[in-house]
Amino acid sequence: MSRPIATTRSVTGIATGKLAVWWVLASEIVIFGGLLCSYLMHRLGHPEFGGYAAHTNTALGATNTFVLLTSSLFAVRAHFEAEHGRGKSAANWLYMTVGGALTFLCIKGYEWHHEISEGFVISKNAFWSFYYTAAGLHACHVIGGAIIMLIIAQDAKKNQELQRVELIGIYWHFVDVVWIFLFPLLYIAK
Amino acid sequence: MSDAAATHGEHDEAAHLAHYMKIYRTLVVLFLVSVSGPFISDHFVHSKALVLVTAFGIALVKAYLVCAHFMHLNVEKKFVIYMLTTALVFMFLFFAGVSPDIMEHRGRNWENVAAREETASALKEQAERAAHPGEHEGAEHAE
Repeated sequence: MSRPIATTRSVTGIATGKLAVWWVLASEIVIFGGLLCSYLMHRLGHPEFGGYAAHTNTALGATNTFVLLTSSLFAVRAHFEAEHGRGKSAANWLYMTVGGALTFLCIKGYEWHHEISEGFVISKNAFWSFYYTAAGLHACHVIGGAIIMLIIAQDAKKNQELQRVELIGIYWHFVDVVWIFLFPLLYIAK
Repeated sequence: MSDAAATHGEHDEAAHLAHYMKIYRTLVVLFLVSVSGPFISDHFVHSKALVLVTAFGIALVKAYLVCAHFMHLNVEKKFVIYMLTTALVFMFLFFAGVSPDIMEHRGRNWENVAAREETASALKEQAERAAHPGEHEGAEHAE
């Protein structure tokens, strides 16, 4: 059986598929980094942002931080099981990670619904523009990650393409790292 | 596989899992500290430094732990770290190049009138809301 180029070619010492994921993450650093740096500059130059940030719900933000940290543990467990050739177990851990993603999105949806109904919409001022852009971009990554995880879990269940479990795990941890910085910036610095 | 090798393999697996759980517990403890720091500052000591250290200092430690132990960057090829570091350097270059124009509203030969006025009016409005909290209820909907 022929093997895909993503797992067989490793001129750099890393399988090409994994190298591609690292490249994606390097570009993501520039995307999220640029956005967070822009927010930070405005936050430091505009003291009124502190007053606007007082309206964000710290308890829900903190709950989401805990949910993502826990889902990261599930992702690393999925990788561990895949490494030992236990595809079905890896798939189950991936499903639990997706459960974490859905919990995160439900909490975020509830939070946004509450904020929008209070009148804090994206066009209200620069703070809320940053808030919805940064949290929204992050939520898009959560949705994308969850969909990819479901696809990978389908193959993993049949003990196929187990190397992909590690790749989606790396991506998922990055999504967690981004939230680790978004949480204090948007919810704590008031 | 011999019994000894199988036992060794099981030990190895258990050690790996225990390591992941240890990192996870550390992350949860750090998360609790990062949340409690601002709470303590708000209600007891009123220290901005405490908020900065507990919220942002601990965020850096948490990010390091996730990157090193969950993403396995501690055992990954060095050039991956160089690649990611290059992206981070570009991010800091962007910050260093642009921040003086954004963080300051006035320079030697320039003035950002719009930003200065926006800040002044917003701070005034926030002070009024703080002084008369009941009066502005529902005003958000009207805006």
